[in-house]
Amino acid sequence: MSALSSLSKVMFLGLIRDRTAVFFMLVLPLLFLVLFGALFQGEGGSRSTVVQYGEVTVLDELDEEHLAALSEALVLERTGDREDALERLRAGEVDAVVWEETPGTLELRYSAADEARAGAVRGLVNSLVQDANVAATGQPPAFRMSTERVEDESIRAIQFLAPGLLGWAIAMGASFMSAFTLVNWRRKRLLRRLWLAPIRPGAVVGARIGVSLGLAMAQLVLFLAVAVIPFYGLRLTDMWWLSIPLVACGTLAFMAVGLLIGAVTSTEEAANGVLQAVIMPMAFLSGSFFPTEVMPGWLEPIARLLPLKHLNEALMGVLSRGEGWGTALPVMGGLLLFAAVVAAIAARLFRWEAK
Amino acid sequence: MTDAAITVEGLRKRYGDVRAVDGVSLEVVSGEFYGILGPNGAGKTTTLELIEGLREPDEGTVRLLGLPSWPRNPDLLRRIGVQLQSSAFFEKLTAREQIRSFASLYGVSADRADAMLETVGLTGKADVRDTELSGGQAQRLSIACALVHDPELVFLDEPTTGLDPQARRNLWDLLREINGQGRTVVLTTHYMDEAELLCDRVAVMDAGRVLRVGRPRDLIEELGVANLEDVFLRLTGREYRE
Repeated sequence: MSALSSLSKVMFLGLIRDRTAVFFMLVLPLLFLVLFGALFQGEGGSRSTVVQYGEVTVLDELDEEHLAALSEALVLERTGDREDALERLRAGEVDAVVWEETPGTLELRYSAADEARAGAVRGLVNSLVQDANVAATGQPPAFRMSTERVEDESIRAIQFLAPGLLGWAIAMGASFMSAFTLVNWRRKRLLRRLWLAPIRPGAVVGARIGVSLGLAMAQLVLFLAVAVIPFYGLRLTDMWWLSIPLVACGTLAFMAVGLLIGAVTSTEEAANGVLQAVIMPMAFLSGSFFPTEVMPGWLEPIARLLPLKHLNEALMGVLSRGEGWGTALPVMGGLLLFAAVVAAIAARLFRWEAK
Repeated sequence: MTDAAITVEGLRKRYGDVRAVDGVSLEVVSGEFYGILGPNGAGKTTTLELIEGLREPDEGTVRLLGLPSWPRNPDLLRRIGVQLQSSAFFEKLTAREQIRSFASLYGVSADRADAMLETVGLTGKADVRDTELSGGQAQRLSIACALVHDPELVFLDEPTTGLDPQARRNLWDLLREINGQGRTVVLTTHYMDEAELLCDRVAVMDAGRVLRVGRPRDLIEELGVANLEDVFLRLTGREYRE
């Protein structure tokens, strides 16, 4: 075995035998994807459930076409037991109950638990009533609204979560592994020992990069495999494979971050603390866990400086939005430049001995 | 060809204001068992690291087997074996995986690595991780890793520190065997009984300088004392060191 392959094997075994590392780098991000994906699965595309009691003219007189359009927005159930329906509404099982108290007077009861749904149901039923009113006058409506949906703006949760959590997993895996190898090998004097073995320094660096890239690709495959199962329903666009070079460049960028942190810390515990303090806030600011639109605006320029922000956005672009080289290339270039600059700083701060 | 395994001339290394090594010259003959002795902070380890080529000297030259040890020379590294002060093992690997990894760095086969494990009596512990080995077993593994490529010149930095008497004696036998095979061995130690028993010649160091070099028996005779420990105390004083 060559020095390169034997050092790669050493690093690979050191990783997979470290249960804590495997949990935090492989299992935890996947768990987040599985859990968050399931939690937010219904969001956005979900329909409200409305229970109809007795005869309701405006609903009963809808033709096929209107019913089909309506069923995109809500599920209509019919019941003969109003008290039971109201009980289900209180329990949060349905979103609204509707009946016709006297001919022409609609009664709508809705739950205030979910403002957005309550508003949607109210608006829908109200528009049905207004349509019926206009029709009753026998006159053509004075105003019309024409609507068209814009595809791009509506992102399903998985389309956002898969790239964001993947970016976070890559950042964590790459930075932790390079920092730990550096700190651990320096503390145990393995770096010195390897200096006195007849190997090229490139073999050590090459093995570290190779094993980290291997892990990153395993993370990519696992994430995509989970995200595309029908339950989560990520539909990959034609240019999804651009995520491979993006993940590779991201891995190099975060390995450089790990090297820098490894260069300035002396123990694994200290390196771990600094890494957490760097990676976690960066993941939040970069929108790995939730969309950054909810953040105050003044954070945006700070987030723009973070490599993970750009990696996340580019991953979302190529995985979910059908964007291509135009999105991926500048980000890949930026990540590589970032990696080079940070690695150069790390090299200057490098020490053979722990303080 | 000279039969000097190591030639050191005028070696100096300073860290800030501290002269860690302050003009060391010595010569080790091929096949010799050579001890570098000195109290803590005397500069033993720095001297050894300068000789091994781990650090660049401020002044002076080191030639190992006729070749300069600085700058780093892979062809020379193939011919020397090094055991560093603390056990430098890879994380989470078993004894067999450790020695096979080191072997492959030197282009040595796995069979040869397993044979080396046998030589140091660790075949029974081959599947045990380094963290579960006793102190003596870990030192033997560490020495085995230094010897796996059959080096002509072996450096051992305090190999017996922290071992119980049984493990020390066990290791002495191993070190004698290594030297008996014709290898030049250089070791640093705190234990004067060990140096007196094992070493052909010793260099006593303090404050970055070599105070005296000679065969243990000659030094004892010269100073008219009972043993090497007395020689050491006579030369380096009795006050406490850090």
